[in-house]
Amino acid sequence: MSGPSSAPDESVPLVFVERVKGALRLSAISAQARAVGLAPGLTLADARARIPALAVADHDPRADAGFLERIADDCDRWTPLVALDGVDGLVLDITGCTHLFGGEATMRRHVMEHLQRHGLTLHAVVAGTPEAARALARCGKGGVVPVGREAECVAPLPIAALDLPEESVTGLTRAGLRTIGDLAARPGTPLAARFGEVLLTRLRRTLGHEDVRITPRRPLPACIAERRFAEPIGRAEDVEGALGMLIDDLALMLEARGEGGRAFEASFFRADGTVRRIAVETARPSRDPASLGRLFHEKLDALADPLDPGFGFDLVRLAVLRAEALAPAQVSLDGRAIEEEEVSALVDRLAARLGRDRVLRFMMRDTHDPARAASLVPAADPPPPACPMPEDGLARPLMMFDPPQPIEALAEVPDGPPLRFRWRRVLHEVVHAEGPERIAAEWWRREHDTPTRDYYRVENSQGRRFWLFRVGLYDREPGPPRWFVHGLFP
Amino acid sequence: MRAAHDVSALRQMLAGLEAERLPSASSAFSLGAAGPDGVLAETLARGALHEIYAAEGADMPAASGFSLALALRAAQRSGEEPPQSKLPMRPIVWVRQDFIDSEAGRLDAHGLRGLGLDPARLILVRARDPEQALRAAGDAVRCAALGAVLLEPWGEPKALDLTATRRLALRAGASGVTFFLLRMAESPSASVAVTRWLVRPILSTPLAADAPGAPAFAVTLLRHRGGLNGHAWNLEWDHESCSFRDITPLSRAVVPVPAGRPARQDAATQGEGTGDVRPFQRAG
Repeated sequence: MSGPSSAPDESVPLVFVERVKGALRLSAISAQARAVGLAPGLTLADARARIPALAVADHDPRADAGFLERIADDCDRWTPLVALDGVDGLVLDITGCTHLFGGEATMRRHVMEHLQRHGLTLHAVVAGTPEAARALARCGKGGVVPVGREAECVAPLPIAALDLPEESVTGLTRAGLRTIGDLAARPGTPLAARFGEVLLTRLRRTLGHEDVRITPRRPLPACIAERRFAEPIGRAEDVEGALGMLIDDLALMLEARGEGGRAFEASFFRADGTVRRIAVETARPSRDPASLGRLFHEKLDALADPLDPGFGFDLVRLAVLRAEALAPAQVSLDGRAIEEEEVSALVDRLAARLGRDRVLRFMMRDTHDPARAASLVPAADPPPPACPMPEDGLARPLMMFDPPQPIEALAEVPDGPPLRFRWRRVLHEVVHAEGPERIAAEWWRREHDTPTRDYYRVENSQGRRFWLFRVGLYDREPGPPRWFVHGLFP
Repeated sequence: MRAAHDVSALRQMLAGLEAERLPSASSAFSLGAAGPDGVLAETLARGALHEIYAAEGADMPAASGFSLALALRAAQRSGEEPPQSKLPMRPIVWVRQDFIDSEAGRLDAHGLRGLGLDPARLILVRARDPEQALRAAGDAVRCAALGAVLLEPWGEPKALDLTATRRLALRAGASGVTFFLLRMAESPSASVAVTRWLVRPILSTPLAADAPGAPAFAVTLLRHRGGLNGHAWNLEWDHESCSFRDITPLSRAVVPVPAGRPARQDAATQGEGTGDVRPFQRAG
C-alpha cells in the first residue's frame, strides 16, 4: 500500500525527501517518478540531475502514520481485529467473517475496491497465517492462497520477505540461500544456531506450519451490534434512529448474557472512509434501552464539533467495551433500589453532557489537614470505600478559600485572636472568637515544611462568621505575624 | 331533588378521596421552630420553587447555609413512608457555577457535615456558565429520587428569567423535588417562586468562653403565595436535630456579657477608637 498520492499535477514526478545523515534522500516516490527511473534511497541532488522537473515535498512520518490509522479505523468495518504492520501495512484477521461478505475472494475484491476509491494503490493477500499473507503482499503477487498451500506459494519469495534483521538477510544471501524455499529445504538446527530461534519461528509461520493471532490495535469489545446501509444516511434523526435500533439489539444480547454494559462506543463509518467514535460510560452496569438512548442523545447534543455526516454514514456500529454481571433488577420493598438507579441515571446523564469531572461527590480522607480533608471525585465512578469519620470534629466553615486570602489583622495579645481585621477593603470588628486551634503540617508528607497555623473562629459585629489563621508560631517567626481568612461559616 | 342530593354527596365523597390521594401532609415541610411554623402552618410546599436572596455578597455564606438547612428539612423523608425508616436521606444536588468557587470559596465537606448533611449524600455539579447551570438543574429536578436541588448561579444571569423559573417550578411540581434558588441582588427580579426569603446573618448565641455559636439568621419572608408576606424571624440552626430554633430575646439576655465591653450598637458606632480593654478568655 503506498502513501497518499495526491500530486497537484499528475504529469510531474512527485518525490518525498527525508534528511538522512546530512543528505536529502528520496524516501517515497510517485508512480510517475518510478516510471522515469527514480528509486527511494537516491539523493535528491542525483535525482534532480537525472530529472530536472521534480515536484519535491518533505517526508512527514507523523502524517503517514495518522493516515494509516485512519485507514485502519475504516477497516474496522470488516473485522474488529485490525493490526498495523510497519509504516505502510495493515493486517486484518478475517477468521469467521468472510461469509458475511461472500467468501474470501469476494471480500478481498470488496476491500480493494473500497480502498481504491479513496485513491490508494494496494496489494491484498488472503492467506492462512498473518506472516504468509504479509510476505506475499509485500514481495509476491496478490490473491487468495488456497487452504494449506502457503508453503508452495511462499517458496519462490526472496529471503527479505521474512522481515528479518539486515545482518541475517546479508548472512543468508552470502550463504547462497536466496528464497524461502531454499531455507525451508535445509535442516533447522544449524540455521537456528547461526541466526537465532527467531528465524525458525518466522519461517514456520510464513510457511503456514504454525499460526498465531494478531494483536489488534483496539481492545476487542464484549459484544457488537451494527447496521449497514446500502444508501448512506445523513440526517440526524436517521442516525439516532439507527442508534436506537442498535441499542435495542444490544440490550437483548446483554440480557441473554446476564450482563450490563459499563462503557459503550458508537462508531459512525462515513462512506468516504472517515470514522467517528462516540463513547458513553455509565456509573453502574446498564442495559436499559431508554436510558442508554438518552445518554447517547445527550452526548451527541453536547459534542463540541458535531457529528458531520459528510456524504452519509454507510455503517453504524455499537459496541459494549466493558460489561459486568447484572442480575435482573430486584426491587426491595422500600423502593430504594429504584431510587439509587434513578440517581445514578441522572449522574450519567449530567456527566455525559457536562463531562465526568463536573459531576462530583465528596470523598473523605482521614487527615487533620483542612486542605486535604476531603477531595472531589467524579460521581460516575464507583463509590469509594467509606472512610471512618471523626465522631465530632471542631467546627469547619461551609465555604473554603483556595488559596487562603491575606488580611490585615490586629490582635490584642500576640498569640490571641484578632480584635479587628480588614478583608476585601472592609473592616470587621470581632465580637466573639474561639481558638486557637493549632494545625501543623503533616510531617510525613513531602510538603510538610509549611509553617504551623493557629486557627480562630471569629464572629464580627454583623454576625458574619469567619475562619482565620495566623501563620507560624509567634516567637519563632521573624517579622510581623501574617493573617489569612481561610473560610466562611454560614 | 333526591337525585341532586345524591350527586352532591357523591361529589363530596370524590373530593374527599382525591384529597386523600394527593399527598397533602407530606407535600409540605416545616422549619422546626415554633415561631415560623405557627404562622406558616404547612404552607411550605415540597415540589415547588423557593428563592433565597442575599442582600449583598458578604451575606452569601449565610444564604447558602440557610438554603442548605431548608433543603435538609425538605429532603427528610416524610412520616407517610414506612416507619422503619432506616433509609438514608435522599440525595441533594447542588449546582454551582465555576466562578463562585474563586469568589466565594469552594464547598467544604466538613462544613457540610457541620450543618448536618452527610457529604456522601451530596452530588456537586459544577457548571461553566449560567445556561449550563440552569440546564443541569432543570435536568436534576426531574429526577424524583432526589431530596432537593439547589441552584447557585453567579449574579443575576439573563437566562434566569420568568420563563426559566416557571419551567423549573413546573418540573419541580411534576417530580415532587423541592427546588431552591440562591440569588444575590438588591431588588428581587420577577419569578414564580412560592416563597422568597431574604437572609442575613445575625450575632449568634455565644457558647462557653465567648465562642461563636450555632449559625444564626435573620430571615424575612419577602413573598409568600399564601399571602403571609412580610413576616420576619430570627432563627438559629441546630445541626443535630436538623431543625431551626427561635432566637428569643430571653435566650440572649441570659448570656453573660463580658465585663467592660460596650453594648453592640456602641461598638458599631464608636468603631476603632474605643480603646477599652476587655478580658479575653481563651477557649479550652
